[in-house]
Amino acid sequence: MNRFEVITPADLASASQLLAQDGHVAFAGGVDVIDLMKQGIVSPTALVNLKGLKELGGIEVRPSGELRLGATAKLSEVAEHPAIRARFTAIAEAASETATPQIRNLGTVGGNLLQRPRCWYFRNPDVNCLKKSGDKCYAFGGLNRYHAILGGDPAFIVHPSNLAPALIAMRASATIVGPAGKRTIELENFFTLPTVDPKRENSLKPGEIITEVIVPAPSASVSSHYLEARERQSFDWPLVSVAIALDRAPGAKTIHDARVVMGAVAPVPWRSHEAEAALKAGPLDEPRARAAAKAALKGAQPMSDNAYKVVMAKVIVRRAIMSAAGLEAA
Amino acid sequence: MSRRVTLDLGFAGNTRDVTVVIPDDEPTPWQWGERLSVVGKPAPRVDGPLKATGAARYTYDIELPGMLYGAILRSPWPHARIRNIDLSAAEHLDGVRAVLALEDREIRFAGQEVAAVAAVSSDLAADALKLIKVDYETMPFVVDMDAAMADSAPRVFGSGSNVGRTSTSSVGNVARGLEVAANTIEAAYTTAVQTHVCLETHGAVASFNAAGDQLTVWCSTQGIFSVRDDLAVYFSLPPNNVRVVCEFLGGGFGSKFGATPEMIVAARLARAAGVPVKVMLPRGDEHRSTGNRPNSEQKVRLGVDRDGKLTAIEVVARGSGGINGGAGSADPFKSVYRCANIRTEERNIYTNAGPASPMRAPGWPQGCFALELAMDEMARKAGIDRLEFRRRNSDNPVRAAEYEIGARAFGWAEKNSAPKSDGAVKRGVGVASAEWHAVGVSGPEAQAIAHRDGSVEVRVGTQDIGTGTRTILAIVAAEELGLPVDRVKSEIGDTRFLFSVPSGGSLSAPSNTPAVRQAAAHLKDKLFRIAAPILSAEPGDLEASDGFIRVRTNPSRSLAFADVCKRIPGDSISAQGERVPNYEGFRTDQAGCQFAEVEVDTETGIVRVTHVVAVHDAGRIIDPLMARSQVNGGILMGIGFALFEDRRMDPQLGIMVNPTMDDYKLPGSLDVPRIDVTFFEVANGITNTGVMGLGEVAHVASAAAVACAVYDAIGAPVRSLPMTPDRVLAALGHA
Repeated sequence: MNRFEVITPADLASASQLLAQDGHVAFAGGVDVIDLMKQGIVSPTALVNLKGLKELGGIEVRPSGELRLGATAKLSEVAEHPAIRARFTAIAEAASETATPQIRNLGTVGGNLLQRPRCWYFRNPDVNCLKKSGDKCYAFGGLNRYHAILGGDPAFIVHPSNLAPALIAMRASATIVGPAGKRTIELENFFTLPTVDPKRENSLKPGEIITEVIVPAPSASVSSHYLEARERQSFDWPLVSVAIALDRAPGAKTIHDARVVMGAVAPVPWRSHEAEAALKAGPLDEPRARAAAKAALKGAQPMSDNAYKVVMAKVIVRRAIMSAAGLEAA
Repeated sequence: MSRRVTLDLGFAGNTRDVTVVIPDDEPTPWQWGERLSVVGKPAPRVDGPLKATGAARYTYDIELPGMLYGAILRSPWPHARIRNIDLSAAEHLDGVRAVLALEDREIRFAGQEVAAVAAVSSDLAADALKLIKVDYETMPFVVDMDAAMADSAPRVFGSGSNVGRTSTSSVGNVARGLEVAANTIEAAYTTAVQTHVCLETHGAVASFNAAGDQLTVWCSTQGIFSVRDDLAVYFSLPPNNVRVVCEFLGGGFGSKFGATPEMIVAARLARAAGVPVKVMLPRGDEHRSTGNRPNSEQKVRLGVDRDGKLTAIEVVARGSGGINGGAGSADPFKSVYRCANIRTEERNIYTNAGPASPMRAPGWPQGCFALELAMDEMARKAGIDRLEFRRRNSDNPVRAAEYEIGARAFGWAEKNSAPKSDGAVKRGVGVASAEWHAVGVSGPEAQAIAHRDGSVEVRVGTQDIGTGTRTILAIVAAEELGLPVDRVKSEIGDTRFLFSVPSGGSLSAPSNTPAVRQAAAHLKDKLFRIAAPILSAEPGDLEASDGFIRVRTNPSRSLAFADVCKRIPGDSISAQGERVPNYEGFRTDQAGCQFAEVEVDTETGIVRVTHVVAVHDAGRIIDPLMARSQVNGGILMGIGFALFEDRRMDPQLGIMVNPTMDDYKLPGSLDVPRIDVTFFEVANGITNTGVMGLGEVAHVASAAAVACAVYDAIGAPVRSLPMTPDRVLAALGHA
């Protein structure tokens, strides 16, 4: 690991100024950044410690029913929060499925959204791939069992965040503070495909800090669910994951609004408008859930080793829809 | 001088008297059914608190005054020639005290050692590695076993072939056996390269004396004496000038025999720098360069007659040990099941990948997987119950008894006929047979010491690979001396103690316990000679039990063990014992069987193991807690092999893509099934303790049983390990 200093800024504005400098990297839980430093994938000259900034902390359900997650709120706090479990179920489930208890006690909301991909070529210090300064994505034509089946080209990573699909399904937006002031962006639009810049996974600019994530109050008729499939039951990354939010009036057979967002299938959390349209097309039952799942994977382009993820994703999407709707699988 | 002893050998319902000749000073072997006071009773690990609190000193924990930290530069290329190494920039870095280029200029796998440095901190050592300029001439490489067999494939060793010598065995006539069979099957099975993943990586701390003729090495090893001998040869020192210490060892599984490259590097750097040097490998290097279980491809043919008896067994196997030999998986085919016609063929294929090394029952988990799944495919085709098929084709009475015990404990009859469930998740069960040979060898010597304060020490130059060696040695000595276990302290892990064998091949318990028992018996004789005049008895009339030394015929005439020790002249009294050669006993082999239950999600292909029942014979069980723990470990390692573990090599780059704990997947706590272990005690009469090893036999059948259970659950065999979701879905025709 390279030598670096840890700077603890006095306030948000100085944190932003510090992070605008070359070689300065944000640090909160440190779970991913320390790992990347140990592997020599990033070599910051300074870590800017965001842990003490009060604007970044806390979890709050406001009187309006809106949920505010501070960027440095711990995953374990999100997973265990009674109001999140009750009204923002998919978000609590996504947090609780992440990694291990130890990591959930360290890892933060902001860190989970900004963590770098798990691709074994990207993380290997001996491989200079397209996401570093190289010119090739080795997953294409290489070993790609855990890689993208949707939107991969030209860097076939998958986005590793569990929280992101759940937050997008619940229409969350991020509050970002930077040198140019404060901005708010729908989380759905925050993540960027490798066609924009293969070296990056989001639109955060130098000096910008995610301070909080705001999830609007869901109407009482919204139900949500997060589901993932992984090889190991302990401490494993999802092979595919999905977050579903359904809005169905009491007693109604048909859904009037839905969000379907998959994780671990594409370089960004992958919202499927096709699946959402299929869900809204008529009364919700098992065949409709199946049709929606099929629609979600319609454009999938698997590579040599990951066709199984298409099969698996259809199953997980269908099961998650049924579960979110409170329907038993046939 | 020797004497004759008649032993009642075998197991319940199947015993016979055997008269053996044993040396005069050898304690009389414990008899079948003999009531023992501490042997066979569950005793917690004596060094458990040290391990749980972090106080146990592993090699990683050794810190010496003035010690430097070494690091090893490794080739990123799978095949290259080193034209030049420029060390000068590294040598000039402040804080760097020694730099050396290793002699081998031919690189044959990515991860091979190239150069090494020692510096005042591990961070500086890592910085120095980056300053070493290596001019590589890269060469074509091959990491795929099939590709390596092509005539046009790049050669791993110059002009030599990548295809190793074929070794064959043949009994009877397999072609004829297949001809006369009522049913035959033919299928190919594959297994992946598995790495050892020792929790404590390989490493050493080396220190030379000022004159440079005495070397002390603290290292993580399964064989302190083999390390000593290798280092003595390497540094041209008499073996007695080399001392090797391994107080605690964080796993070896076969990868830590002898002086491994990082030990030699540590010692060379220490000699060059004139101060001690520590080298501990990073996890990635551990995966890439310290050994592995070779992969396998096994083409199996079986034939059975109308009575369900095997008429032919054939396997044609190959595997790649990377730049090493050692692939082979035919052994189980030769001996687990009875058949008049057996033919085996095996070959090692060389590839530009990290070297294989022995790993927990070399060849057997691979071979058992292929054999047992083929047995199930054969049974299904022939319409025979799988357990019955195995019974009919095994003539081992121990295994026959174990099948019954296991079937009862597991509930085989009910579970085997239960519906697989009508939902997506199907339940299945499987059974597989184990085999090993673990009677130990002569060679070890032990010392037992009684101190004036009444405490006892036993010293043996063995090491604890993690199986509880300290605990079982203390139990054996305590039994012989009539003491509670906590009065005996085991000292191991230092070549200053008397010689012992490496902890591998399931050797430790059966090789060391008899030597310790003899040493304790000899010590007891000396204490009897002190006690006899006080008790007005002959030494031969005394016995030691419950912390007392007493007259056998009049137990009220006694002295506390500690009071006898107070009369020791000087500070202590000691005696030695040796491990005598094996007597002619009951059987030298072990049977064993394991039953597994799985749940397979037939829509996602995800497999979960829910229950394993293991039945094993290991002679006399000294400590059921330690023994069960060892079986648990064997099963978990088998589940990893069955479901998760695969050293994945990228064919474009020739590198291992998953040399991390994240991407190389071991079972975690939620992947652990319910495990029930039953020990089937067999009096084998081979040594004075009757102990057999357990490390390997507990592992050979685990993956096979899981694979058979998956086949049962989904009705299609998954013929490749690990059974990842893609393979399960493919077997189901879904992908």
